[in-house]
Amino acid sequence: MNTIGVLGSGVMGRGVAHALAGSGHRVVLIDHDPDQLTSALRQIRRDLRLVQLMQSSPAPRPDGVPPPAADELLARISATTEVEMLRGAAFIIENVTENWEIKQQVHRALDRLDMPAVPVAINTSAIPMARFAALYRDPGRVVGMHFMNPVPLMPVIEVIRGAATGAAALAAARQLAAQMGKQAIVVHDSPGFVTNRVMMLTVNEAIALLHEGVSTAEDIDRLFQTCFNHRMGPLATADLIGLDTVMYSLDVLHGELHQDKYRPCPLLAQLVAQGKLGRKTGVGFFSYEPTATPPPGPRDIEAAT
Amino acid sequence: MTQLSVKDAIKAFLHIHIRGVQVRDGDDIFVMGLVSSLFAMQLVEFTETRFGIEIGPDDLVLANFRSVNALSALVGRKTCVEGA
Repeated sequence: MNTIGVLGSGVMGRGVAHALAGSGHRVVLIDHDPDQLTSALRQIRRDLRLVQLMQSSPAPRPDGVPPPAADELLARISATTEVEMLRGAAFIIENVTENWEIKQQVHRALDRLDMPAVPVAINTSAIPMARFAALYRDPGRVVGMHFMNPVPLMPVIEVIRGAATGAAALAAARQLAAQMGKQAIVVHDSPGFVTNRVMMLTVNEAIALLHEGVSTAEDIDRLFQTCFNHRMGPLATADLIGLDTVMYSLDVLHGELHQDKYRPCPLLAQLVAQGKLGRKTGVGFFSYEPTATPPPGPRDIEAAT
Repeated sequence: MTQLSVKDAIKAFLHIHIRGVQVRDGDDIFVMGLVSSLFAMQLVEFTETRFGIEIGPDDLVLANFRSVNALSALVGRKTCVEGA
């Protein structure tokens, strides 16, 4: 198996590294913060329990292969702060904080790195591929891979084919998804792609209904759970994603598409201003009892949707 | 801790995450579509912390966490073994 470079070791980056190592790949996991890398490796060991738990149902794994032991899986991941370690990678997946200023700095550095022009996949909630492609001397390297959280368990990747995406990069992304035991659904470039263009609008509208007093938070979610058989209602989903991330994604959609329907609801802006960001702060649309696990920090919100 | 208070503690935890739906002791919360995979792990961590037990690989199966009854039985087995 090839070596895959994974940039960013927050929730999404470590999930991608975990899923890659679990499917037999060698991974170079890069983060500028060594403490974050240490935390990510510890968390992957913990996440392995989640994978074991969820795959313990009578249904067999799709590939029929038993999952590797924790030590075996972790041995495939080399964690480092040195971006030069990417030079041996056959494919790169960027998962850094969902913020254009930070992401563009990372991609400018990647473009300058003295290494073969291997495909670069971007894991983002809403930022269009065209913006990333413009940063590269060879824009054909750029392809979108929108992973879902928790990455090791989710069976589908939304793959984004930008206008400049080369056939080789798209084929490599498809092949990697298949090797990870996941289905790639390829869509064309658009802010928010398919999933988040619809989902963020739904969440925003649910917030507007609450703001207007049409219904309570509990009943709004219960209607989606019971009428549409959704696992979670839109407000609980927003709490899980983080209300700041929801607002950032809506801001990107609003800024890119110039349509008022993407303007964040004032109630969402109020809650974010008050620091009520959902599960990670213990309160959002709902209150959450503190658990033994520390609430996720700001880094944990990157591309979480 | 009595079996009744174990069940009460589990139900109190579930109530925070499953709003508006009455969960009976025998209901399969996974089949009912009430919880996500992320919540399943929270339930494991809650069980370890709240009842002071360690859930090892052999117990880390969904069947032990599907219902209030199943989880209560697991806690009963583990506290009995660890207290022995």
